[in-house]
Amino acid sequence: MELKKINEYTWEIPKQGEMRVPARIYTSALLLENVKRDLTLRQARNVACLRGIQRIAYVMPDAHQGYGFPIGGVAAFDMDEGIISPGGVGYDINCGVRLLKTDYSEKDIHGKRKELLAEIFREVPAGVGKAGITRLSREVLKEVCIKGAEWAVENGYGTREDLERTEEGGRMKEAEFRYLSKRAVERGIPQLGTLGAGNHFLEIQKVSQIYNQDVAQVFGIQSEGQILVMIHCGSRGLGHQVASDYIRLMENRYGTKGLPDRELIHAHIRSELGQEYYKSMSAAVNYAFSNRQMIAHWVRNVFEKIMGSSKGMDQIYDVCHNVAKFENHKIDGQWKEVCIHRKGATRSFGPGRDEIPSVYRAVGQPIIIPGSMGTASYILVGTLEAEELSFSSTAHGAGRVMSRHEALRRFRGEQIKRDLERKGVELKSTSWRGVAEEASQAYKDIDEVVKVSHEVGIGKLVARVTPVGVMKG
Amino acid sequence: MMKKYEFLAHTADAKFRAFGRTLEEAFSNAALATASLMWDWQKVEKRTKRKVKVKGKDLKQLLCGFLEEIIYLLDSEMFLLSSMGKIKIEKKGNQFNLEAFFEGDKYSDKYKIFGEVKAITYNEMEINENRPVTLQVVVDV
Repeated sequence: MELKKINEYTWEIPKQGEMRVPARIYTSALLLENVKRDLTLRQARNVACLRGIQRIAYVMPDAHQGYGFPIGGVAAFDMDEGIISPGGVGYDINCGVRLLKTDYSEKDIHGKRKELLAEIFREVPAGVGKAGITRLSREVLKEVCIKGAEWAVENGYGTREDLERTEEGGRMKEAEFRYLSKRAVERGIPQLGTLGAGNHFLEIQKVSQIYNQDVAQVFGIQSEGQILVMIHCGSRGLGHQVASDYIRLMENRYGTKGLPDRELIHAHIRSELGQEYYKSMSAAVNYAFSNRQMIAHWVRNVFEKIMGSSKGMDQIYDVCHNVAKFENHKIDGQWKEVCIHRKGATRSFGPGRDEIPSVYRAVGQPIIIPGSMGTASYILVGTLEAEELSFSSTAHGAGRVMSRHEALRRFRGEQIKRDLERKGVELKSTSWRGVAEEASQAYKDIDEVVKVSHEVGIGKLVARVTPVGVMKG
Repeated sequence: MMKKYEFLAHTADAKFRAFGRTLEEAFSNAALATASLMWDWQKVEKRTKRKVKVKGKDLKQLLCGFLEEIIYLLDSEMFLLSSMGKIKIEKKGNQFNLEAFFEGDKYSDKYKIFGEVKAITYNEMEINENRPVTLQVVVDV
């Protein structure tokens, strides 16, 4: 496949064959080597062939091969001509990250780290097979799916202010419950308010470096050593089931002939099935917002209990990593509504956008990029240039480079825990095997990923944070 | 004895091949391979069983739907598969029908769940019906 280097951090697959638009990859020479080894580029080319695709099919710096669309894929579609695809969102709908600030410093919590982590571990259900706090009724689940984090706040989890500082205000208004299958509902009922397993985690972190003092200040990040809490999880079995259901429904309605990859199955945005998927996906997005809202509340309770107070534990922001939405973007110099798919990518709106909470509107949207277990995570800020460069999108994490199977062969969970402890990081997990699978060596270098984002200009560095306590599902 | 299944390298997820002398046996072994990503099926007692019925437009869709039952039964009922009971696959007109019994137990503290399978995918899925029947599956973990 032809791959043209545009500049140090930009490569392009020129329009060829059935491609309707070119594909562009933001990466570095180092990261590109990983990308070339799997199906990422071929998947990006397939996306560029889809009906109604606008401008360019983008690939973010942390990309790796996915199903249908690559992970790290961003594509916008015309509302009349274009399509919506469950494979363009992914199985873990609204997998995302929430970040809370505290007024505590590293010194304040130093002697209480173990206790804090142990208590969080008790309060936040995690791991497979762990049920949430209550057995919900179908009626309550319906409310969760319709209202998202608003439901959680109305029921005593967190504050109105949290909602303002959540993408979409914590609620996608188009959500409808009636298109969810019985199975999606049954999987969703026991899992509300759970962290899950796999790459999902909860971290107590300290600010280790501030790159942009002014913006950091606006986000509530005052100084190095300040303690933050990061929550990374998604829509659990409910979201996974929505993806599986709609892939099957679309296959049965449209057939799979001519698709280079079965998971590229899609429907016209305006079609009945396209609308039903969008409304069900929105319900799953809301479920995930509510999940993170509940977990944030429990974390505040733990700080109150162990540290004496949770004052100052405001939410910095909550971002989605896997989502399709209707947003206004600039196409051929004109603003118009498009259906944007971000699969393993973070929205990165620059200053001025209405969608950003008013407190951040002058500087741009906070972007939260979690690293792998035990390594740094980053806070970036959205830019105006990102609109032209990537439909206002950037990376979402480190991205795997090694299979879980290989990681299991090479690493031992117990050893990783000891190594982390030597570095001053506490770790608690439901499974040693899970810890080994998530070894940081199995991931791309997060520092390199955010460097590319910063240099390209699709998300600018604000602060680097490192873990002091990690809870893995 | 024929190997039931083996795991292959895959960057982000889990990829396996399941084998069998018949399509049914290969499907059964694919179920065990899927379960092995979450718990040790050899250690689960046979105390209860579940009947599953799956339809598919083609064999790939049938396999996807069949393996999805394992995740569904875990999430909704905390059921852990320990072994496969009777399984029958039939072709009726343009459709495949599968009926099978899962044997196993309800989750309790004596069991350890160490992984999560989010979804069964079509990615790199291959079905080779020549003997030994070989099924290749990538699951999202």
